[in-house]
Amino acid sequence: MILVIAEQQGGTLNRISLETIAAAQQTGSPVKVAVPGADVSAAAVVLAAAQVAEVLCVQAAALEAYTLDGYVAALAQVIENEKPDHVFLPHTYLTRDFAPALAVKLGVALVTDCVAVRWQDGALIAARPMFQGRLLADVATSGPALVSFQIGAVRADSLVNGDTPAPVRTVTVTIDSAAIRQKPEAPFREARQAVDLSQAERIVSVGRGIKEQDKIELARQLAAAMGAELGASRPICDAGWLPMDRQVGSSGQTVAPKLYLALGISGAIQHLVGMKGARTIVAINKDPEAPIFEVADYGIVGDLFDVVPAMLKELQG
Amino acid sequence: MKIAVCIKQVPARDWQPRVNDERTWVRDQDASFELNEADAYALEESLRLKEKHGGEVVVCSAGPPRVAQALREALARGADRAIHVEDDDLARGDAFAVAEALASAMRDEQFDLVLTGLQSDDQGFAQTGVVLAATLGIASATIIMEVDVQPGAVRVKRELEGGWFQFVTLPLPAVLTIQSGINQLRYATLKGIMAAKKKEIRKVSPAGPVASRQRIVSLYVPEKKKHTEMIGGSAAEAAKELVRRLRDEARVIT
Ligand SMILES: Cc1cc2nc3c(=O)[nH]c(=O)nc-3n(C[C@H](O)[C@H](O)[C@H](O)COP(=O)(O)OP(=O)(O)OC[C@H]3O[C@@H](n4cnc5c(N)ncnc54)[C@H](O)[C@@H]3O)c2cc1C
Repeated sequence: MILVIAEQQGGTLNRISLETIAAAQQTGSPVKVAVPGADVSAAAVVLAAAQVAEVLCVQAAALEAYTLDGYVAALAQVIENEKPDHVFLPHTYLTRDFAPALAVKLGVALVTDCVAVRWQDGALIAARPMFQGRLLADVATSGPALVSFQIGAVRADSLVNGDTPAPVRTVTVTIDSAAIRQKPEAPFREARQAVDLSQAERIVSVGRGIKEQDKIELARQLAAAMGAELGASRPICDAGWLPMDRQVGSSGQTVAPKLYLALGISGAIQHLVGMKGARTIVAINKDPEAPIFEVADYGIVGDLFDVVPAMLKELQG
Repeated sequence: MKIAVCIKQVPARDWQPRVNDERTWVRDQDASFELNEADAYALEESLRLKEKHGGEVVVCSAGPPRVAQALREALARGADRAIHVEDDDLARGDAFAVAEALASAMRDEQFDLVLTGLQSDDQGFAQTGVVLAATLGIASATIIMEVDVQPGAVRVKRELEGGWFQFVTLPLPAVLTIQSGINQLRYATLKGIMAAKKKEIRKVSPAGPVASRQRIVSLYVPEKKKHTEMIGGSAAEAAKELVRRLRDEARVIT
């Protein structure tokens, strides 16, 4: 049996939880889903529509706000009771925080950021990216493991629904609130963003391939010639070359323009999740094996300092 | 305040990884190495905390002999001393093997605060810091963008998805995994490089054999799924053709 840990906030499930259930279904094993929180009844109704053996509501007042210690205490009890062969989780920022501690507590392996799983001689083999997505590794563990799935690894619409809703059971967990070491405050957003890239029709985005702050001017000219907004990958914003509100990706903005033109961006997953929804994607990159070409409609392998000036000439000519 | 910062030496970003004959690891004999990006931010943050609160910064790494180079660089940037858990197998070890090696070397030091990068650019486990904390039996928080040390505690700003943040307070000692962009990096000065030569790098052996919980059975280049139309030719030809296709085929520019 595979136990999937679903993630909800204020009763709303995230899409990647459904993707993770779909991944578990594809293994052919029976699937159960556990959803932790203070009041998870609404989320449980949604989960019960999936073809799963059971939905477990892991409800406790101490789980109202997420804390590492609270989640580890609760989920360790559930896993020890249910004794699944493997536990599948979505590779979200929440999972990144608690899953390693849960793995230590259970004495099992944690295989992160997986894109596919299969059985081989009775053992689970998980494929995960390494070297910034330029290679994939098939990874084996001895015995049960926690396996976290990359966003978009499995399509949520491949989730198989049941003919009738799955049984829902509330499981009681004991959590000593006094032993929770993390004291969380309410989540917040930084001051209102000056540019709303989510509404842009065209975006010219620069990555570390631009090399120097002064060279961003070149991208700015290209953006102007195409009637596009300027976007960036994280390192450009980290360096302070462009403000944070230009950052596209999991920790930046999610965009869906008609045209996304990536200049010197390698295509790390955290960047891709922010721009994969663009209708037409163009990548200009020196490295023919850059993962950005995986999602691009048009690609040019070349030096952006040669290609961009030539494009400018063409657009203005 | 006694701060440890754990760093990893990884192949340089522009190195093109090639798989070895057994398809279990990369041919890194010819690679050049650099400090893992997120760890550079962790190091910088530890130096800033020391400047503010006083104390000591001890840089720790687990890996083969070449790792001493990365430790030297951290010392040149301002760390006070270094601990190197030296073992060839640790270059391929998983987060549990590396965290166990680091924990055994760090346990007696009684650090107030331990910083690590949130994930490495090579294996990318994104778990070593948290596993280290759980192994040492201390609290942790991940993806940190701000560190405010208070008496007996630390208040940190965690990055959440989609531009959200959250403050969390933890008791000390604690492990924090640092996100890139938390600060602006400094580089080593000539004076720093000279001073680093006199600083101590303490070598220790791992407590036991490297015990990984996960094993690579095959390493390969991912198969291309999407049909990308590659546009060839000289830069001028390719630019011309691209502009034509964006106008006439995709109709996304005028
Ligand atoms: C929790 C977490 C959250 C993150 N959030 C985000 C996010 O929101 N957004 C984001 O972008 N990243 C994010 N990242 C970082 C992400 O993992 C990558 O590190 C980052 O996207 C890499 O940016 P890049 O492609 O610009 O740089 P690199 O990966 O360094 O790529 C540079 C590319 O430029 C090419 N190049 C170099 N010179 C030239 C030239 N002259 N002409 C053409 N091409 C050239 C190179 O071949 C290379 O492919 C996050 C990471 C983590 C762990």
